[in-house]
Amino acid sequence: MRALTWHGKHDVRVETVPDPGIVNPRDAIVRITSTAICGSDLHLYDNVIPTLRAGDILGHEFMGEVVEVGRGNDRLKVGDRVVVPFVIACGKCFFCEHQQYSACDNSNPADKADMSEELYGYPMSGLFGYSHLTGGYAGGQAEYVRVPYADVGPIVVPDGLEDDKVLFLSDIFPTGWMAAENCAIEPGDTVAVWGCGPVGLFAVQSALLMGAHRVIAIDHYPRRLELARGLGAEVVNYEEADVHEALVEMTGGIGPDACIDAVGLESHGFALDNVYDHAKTTMMMATDRIHALRQVILACRKGGRVSVPGVYGGFADKFPVGALMEKGLSLRTGQTHVQKYLPQLLELIREGKVDTTFLISHRLPLEDAPNGYRMFKEQQNECTKVVLKPH
Amino acid sequence: MARSTDMAESDAPVSTLKSGSRPKDAGLGTEHARVTGRTVTINRPRETLYAFWRDFANLPRFMENVADVAVLDPARSHWKVAAPGGGSVEWDAVIVADEPGRLIAWESAEGADIRHSGRIEFRDAPPGRGSEVSATIAYDPPGGALGALVAKLFQREPHIQARRDLRRFKQLMETGEISTAEPPEAAPRAA
Ligand SMILES: NC(=O)c1ccc[n+]([C@@H]2O[C@H](COP(=O)([O-])OP(=O)(O)OC[C@H]3O[C@@H](n4cnc5c(N)ncnc54)[C@H](O)[C@@H]3O)[C@@H](O)[C@H]2O)c1
Ligand SMILES: [Zn+2]
Ligand SMILES: [Zn+2]
Repeated sequence: MRALTWHGKHDVRVETVPDPGIVNPRDAIVRITSTAICGSDLHLYDNVIPTLRAGDILGHEFMGEVVEVGRGNDRLKVGDRVVVPFVIACGKCFFCEHQQYSACDNSNPADKADMSEELYGYPMSGLFGYSHLTGGYAGGQAEYVRVPYADVGPIVVPDGLEDDKVLFLSDIFPTGWMAAENCAIEPGDTVAVWGCGPVGLFAVQSALLMGAHRVIAIDHYPRRLELARGLGAEVVNYEEADVHEALVEMTGGIGPDACIDAVGLESHGFALDNVYDHAKTTMMMATDRIHALRQVILACRKGGRVSVPGVYGGFADKFPVGALMEKGLSLRTGQTHVQKYLPQLLELIREGKVDTTFLISHRLPLEDAPNGYRMFKEQQNECTKVVLKPH
Repeated sequence: MARSTDMAESDAPVSTLKSGSRPKDAGLGTEHARVTGRTVTINRPRETLYAFWRDFANLPRFMENVADVAVLDPARSHWKVAAPGGGSVEWDAVIVADEPGRLIAWESAEGADIRHSGRIEFRDAPPGRGSEVSATIAYDPPGGALGALVAKLFQREPHIQARRDLRRFKQLMETGEISTAEPPEAAPRAA
């Protein structure tokens, strides 16, 4: 089959690779009809997440048709149309039973789990197409994919809803939703969202649906800010305004009740701390640039809530631990427990309560995927989301 | 893991003690014995876990290094472990303690080239969480070439091998499978 493979920094290629096959009884093989490039893929593209190997197949946002099912899988049948969560979860361990799917104890293979156990204290779940730290599972920017524990993750979607409407159930819609849920929104709340990429934009919509009084979205790409405004947010362009001052003034001096970091470890911006982070990461003395996260913690009101869907992988310097403690902030974060939200979010799509297609700017054949990566990386203003069509 | 009884200051398991604090008889009764231990919580009743482990023929399904265990009689088994660089090392093991639903301990038989002992204990986890399973493996590396081979067999860091094997045991017991990202021809053999 054809698949998008990683070969190094800014080097991804579409190559012919062996077809996947059923390995375990609960597996399924899915023929991919749509797959997207994610902001998380850009971290791999930029080579800031370790443990990728040349030839690894990327892609964790995908859907398609079930073409083969293992003998132990009684939930799916050949021909089902499914969206597959990017988190691989066994459904049986303590964490899965508590719907903390991205903490699944079993889906990261025993020999791969050592790495995240060393790094984080305990091993994390497997993810599709996201380095060997998360299991080394082949991803879905391909014609076919093997889905382990396919009786837990994939959700069957009705034929009436086209791919574009449901594809983002695989990651960014639940991720934006969980980011907003982690804000424990109360009536009257102002929620500030850093980053108007796909995750930030879904967080904006979700926060408003959960009853936020106001949402303020922050970025520097006019087109992305425009999309946020279209969803009902007020916007701040960080190249034009001092973000902290703007937020203080816009909230009557109190500050936002909840703040979402939908930027992650590759935060941009010419600020002193970011230059310092950049120097440190270049010298390998730190791994993550946390400019946005620092601003989030400083801007959040006293006793407020900080939600971090943006991905961090290692260590950071000058973390404002004093502001976190002294202001009594609460902090919630994590890779999304996608499985937990799927039935509820599919229902919202079906009822037409959320717009899941507005952000797609490019639809490309799989063969053009390297070009899609380049555009999503270099032309972020115009290129807001790329969907690939392998068949 | 057996709580250390002679160390009233701490409830930490023996395998987690720093070398200076470790009691001399922690392993095989010799000073050189290396001890490694690991506890996992498995979301299944301890009787089920005990029964699966008690049939030693099941062990190669999740122990990476162990190629085969033949059960000779209710107490004795014959172990075949793949040696690095081809061939295998074999020995007989004898069960020295067996408390259904609670504990199994075994040791290499008298005269075996490799002195090795293992102990697996099953306790109830807090309500609704299944069982806590603790494995303690001790081995006494002989000197010379064989010693080097044994060190390799159990890997440079035996605790890594132990924790991987226990993870696979947990996967098999909880999910019925062993998680793998390998293609069909290279995947581990669970069944
Ligand atoms: N937690 C999860 O499970 C999960 C799932 C998907 C994505 N993510 C992560 O969420 C983050 C966003 O993903 P995305 O797909 O929207 O990515 P993206 O790269 O498309 O968007 C990031 C946006 O942040 C903006 N930005 C950069 N620096 C900023 C700053 N200092 N202040 C304000 N805005 C800034 C950029 O201009 C860009 O528009 C990434 O880190 C991604 O890895 C997490
Ligand atoms: Zn994603
Ligand atoms: Zn699980």
